[in-house]
Amino acid sequence: MIKEKKLVIFTGFVIGLAALVLVAFGNPANMGFCIACFIRDITGSLYLHTAPHLQYARPEIFGLILGSTLLALINKEFRATSGSAPVMRFVLGFFMMAGALVFLGCPLRMVLRLGGGDGKAIFALIGFAGGIALGSYFLNQGFTLGRSYKQKSIDGIIFPVVSILLLIFGFFKLIGVPSEEAHAPFFLSLVLALIVGGLAQRARFCMVGGIRDFILFRDNRLFLGSFTLFVTVLIGNIILGNFHFSFTLTSAIWYILSMALVGLCGALLGGCPLRQLILTGEGNGDSAITVLGMVAGAAVSHNFSTASSPTLVKTGGKIEVIVGLVIVSIIAFVIVKKQNKEVM
Amino acid sequence: MEVDARGLVCPQPVILTKKALKNKPEQLDVLVDNIAALENVTRYATAMKYDVTKTPDGDEYILNLRKR
Repeated sequence: MIKEKKLVIFTGFVIGLAALVLVAFGNPANMGFCIACFIRDITGSLYLHTAPHLQYARPEIFGLILGSTLLALINKEFRATSGSAPVMRFVLGFFMMAGALVFLGCPLRMVLRLGGGDGKAIFALIGFAGGIALGSYFLNQGFTLGRSYKQKSIDGIIFPVVSILLLIFGFFKLIGVPSEEAHAPFFLSLVLALIVGGLAQRARFCMVGGIRDFILFRDNRLFLGSFTLFVTVLIGNIILGNFHFSFTLTSAIWYILSMALVGLCGALLGGCPLRQLILTGEGNGDSAITVLGMVAGAAVSHNFSTASSPTLVKTGGKIEVIVGLVIVSIIAFVIVKKQNKEVM
Repeated sequence: MEVDARGLVCPQPVILTKKALKNKPEQLDVLVDNIAALENVTRYATAMKYDVTKTPDGDEYILNLRKR
């Protein structure tokens, strides 16, 4: 029990450290890791959107998936499974990405932004916790996406293999656009992501799980990981002179609502964007579909200009967040209703 | 009593276990098929003062929860 807690705390510490290093070596500010932003950049590198400077095949994402695959293989935990409501997962992944691109960060980056002194991220955190609370309520009422089933091993291997191929294509600049966004050196990003992916697989690290497990079971194990991550980044940024406090009420409501959408989707999906990557690496096809939903969400967000710019939350993004909250709540409500009917 | 949590990902195995333990039964079997679920159910049951013994069954595990 204590060992499990130590592992998750250690993982939070290593993720924080890796994030600090990646920023020091060239990743954008407070973006050592951002699962949403990096998937968006990969989406751009494949020309599924053409937003300038957001078209780099980030090796971090592939490293996280492959790190998880490696550890899962070593520990004999690699299992190809799928069949748990794939279309619904795609939709939830889509809206999880849409919400994240209105706030401009996945839950992981939200904590990194907080640790960098970005006061606006406090609103995001409030919304995120609220979304998870709502999702936990649905879960307690019987919400389920249904069982997954064992598949042929090759089904689980496809995503890791595609990750290796895209890594190679990215390295040789066969994908992506030369005017690429600021980034840390390729191999540094890859190696750190492999380490983080492996650790996150072992520790079941999850930003959604931290708050969810506390609400549902008063279990603080995963929360300690997120908290350690925050403290590590906060102290690191202060030491490195990267802590710049800022605070404004502008768009606060949209930070709350967009991350509420992310929290709600994450709770219903059973994990934050990072956790979806890790599960994908373990052979979980349902999470792979979720990641593809996130790719679609990123493409739509940029092709239809709903993604925020660093200074502006766009009208399209606001509409998208509201629509997302309504659709996802309806989905959850309908499933809970149906589930309870079946039980009776 | 038995809870079949096979094919379910966290937190559902734990929610099902929590509901099954509501009336404090003397014992409960929980079927799981992934290690994360095994760890999570074990942690919850232990916190609820149940002893857990696990029996591997192919790719699956039977967790026997007994009141301490």
